[in-house]
Amino acid sequence: MQIYLPIAEVSVNAFLLLGLGGIVGILSGMFGVGGGFLMTPLLFFIGIPPAVAVATEANQIVASSFSGVLAHFKRKTVDLRMGVVLLIGGLIGAALGVQVFNTLRAIGQVDLLVKLCYVVFLGIIGGLMFFESLRAILRTRRPGAVTLRRKHNWVHNLPFKMKFRTSGLYISVIPPVMVGILVGILAAIMGVGGGFVMVPAMIYLLGMPTKVVVGTSLFQIIFVTAFTTLMHATTNYTVDMMLAVLLLVGGVVGAQIGARIGVKMKAEQLRILLAIMVLAVCTKLAAELLLQPSELYNLGDVRH
Amino acid sequence: MMRLLFLFMALYLPAKAEEAVVAGLSQNRIAITANFDGSEILIFGAVRRDAPPPGTGPLEVIIAIAGPSKPIMVRRKAKRFGIWINADAVEVDAAPSFYAVATSGPLNDVLKNIDDLRYRISIPRAIRSVGAPMTIMDARAFTEALIRIRTEKGLYQMSLNTVEVSEETLFNTSVTLPANLTEGAYTARIFLTRSGNVVATYETKIDVQKVGLEKWLFNLAHELPLAYGILSLVIAIAAGWSASAVFRYIRS
Repeated sequence: MQIYLPIAEVSVNAFLLLGLGGIVGILSGMFGVGGGFLMTPLLFFIGIPPAVAVATEANQIVASSFSGVLAHFKRKTVDLRMGVVLLIGGLIGAALGVQVFNTLRAIGQVDLLVKLCYVVFLGIIGGLMFFESLRAILRTRRPGAVTLRRKHNWVHNLPFKMKFRTSGLYISVIPPVMVGILVGILAAIMGVGGGFVMVPAMIYLLGMPTKVVVGTSLFQIIFVTAFTTLMHATTNYTVDMMLAVLLLVGGVVGAQIGARIGVKMKAEQLRILLAIMVLAVCTKLAAELLLQPSELYNLGDVRH
Repeated sequence: MMRLLFLFMALYLPAKAEEAVVAGLSQNRIAITANFDGSEILIFGAVRRDAPPPGTGPLEVIIAIAGPSKPIMVRRKAKRFGIWINADAVEVDAAPSFYAVATSGPLNDVLKNIDDLRYRISIPRAIRSVGAPMTIMDARAFTEALIRIRTEKGLYQMSLNTVEVSEETLFNTSVTLPANLTEGAYTARIFLTRSGNVVATYETKIDVQKVGLEKWLFNLAHELPLAYGILSLVIAIAAGWSASAVFRYIRS
């Protein structure tokens, strides 16, 4: 069944969108990532204009994250205090990101920026997570191996310390705010929730327990993507409600299923799966930048 | 001198309308609904004449349907620092969002270059490109790329030999409108030609408009963007919450 999207002004198959929403929703629930890093490139691929894809994806992530976070609230795996600190950074970052996005769009380099961001961030994070979780899996397989104690690094020597009881941490608020800003910028530029950056940062940089990380990141993502949606809707008019509804119907159902699969799996397995997926998307995008494209030319709007 | 006069007459005479077009379209209004999946438009007509057909070559018909024109930025990628990035850009001053030409014969036979220039009938002529920056030597490649990309999407169509002409009087054709159509006032132009010269023209409008929910959403997004944004978020949160509630109900 074909459906015409009023803002994107293209006609696409409704079941394709529902299916994409569902698959990405499952991943979202499992890993606590918004799924935007997969969905946004997929939307480009089915012919949705990039500006519409980025803005609409932000709206869809609100829905899937909200659905996911409710399941986590019930299990009390959300660190609200940490979430709010991350959120403050996130809102600052999103406002900055939209500025950068609009500037680069005017000079026609927004595609490059988006792809480079994907390749760099996905490459680094995917690689780090992959090797770390591989090591963790090998360690648990070897009986008698000692589990390393969480070591103190520079993060623990900064001022403005705060107690995060749910995470069992007593650290400075500066690193979480910085992580929030970075994630906010990415949310606005790449049409992602930023979970794929935030989850590893929370685990490796802030030292939060994995079980709390997923719920907390979903909590922060809801507000940052809601803010990004409003920014795009009011400045660029690029949020397609019809597209968003189709994606989120599939997405919210998927997120529920995913959250339940996630509980049954071990943290290391969860992380290595996410790492593999991140690396796959990274490789595909890197190939697009490095290999000669079949069509050298592309069309864009003239904005004066 | 005689040759000049002859040339003058040859140019002037066909412009005097001895034949006129009477035409109709199967639809003058295209409604873009939620399940819009492209459309087909039937164009038919007849030639009205007071005298028998002049013997200046067979009657040929060219039909051109054009969407609203807009400036377009065409960018070309080049390898810089090992990666492919947008390097050169040329602004095309006006290019129709949709353009379909249907003819009753090979273009070179049914239309002379000079009339193509005057009426802007063929696809390259329908695109207006004034000038490229001095640094770009091959500006033509950019317009060619524009045509190539839009032809692949079905937005530009050149259909030769698709207009049926019978008895030098009746003609008909159909043009396929793709699903990725944009809104606006479209024009349908019909040209009658003899020996490549345009002898009569006819123009009519086709209104392409979003209707119903499509129109409502589009207007809301542009007129009340904040309300639209908030509505999008409310829908998102409601959907997220209800999915969660439904799943909780199923499990308990």
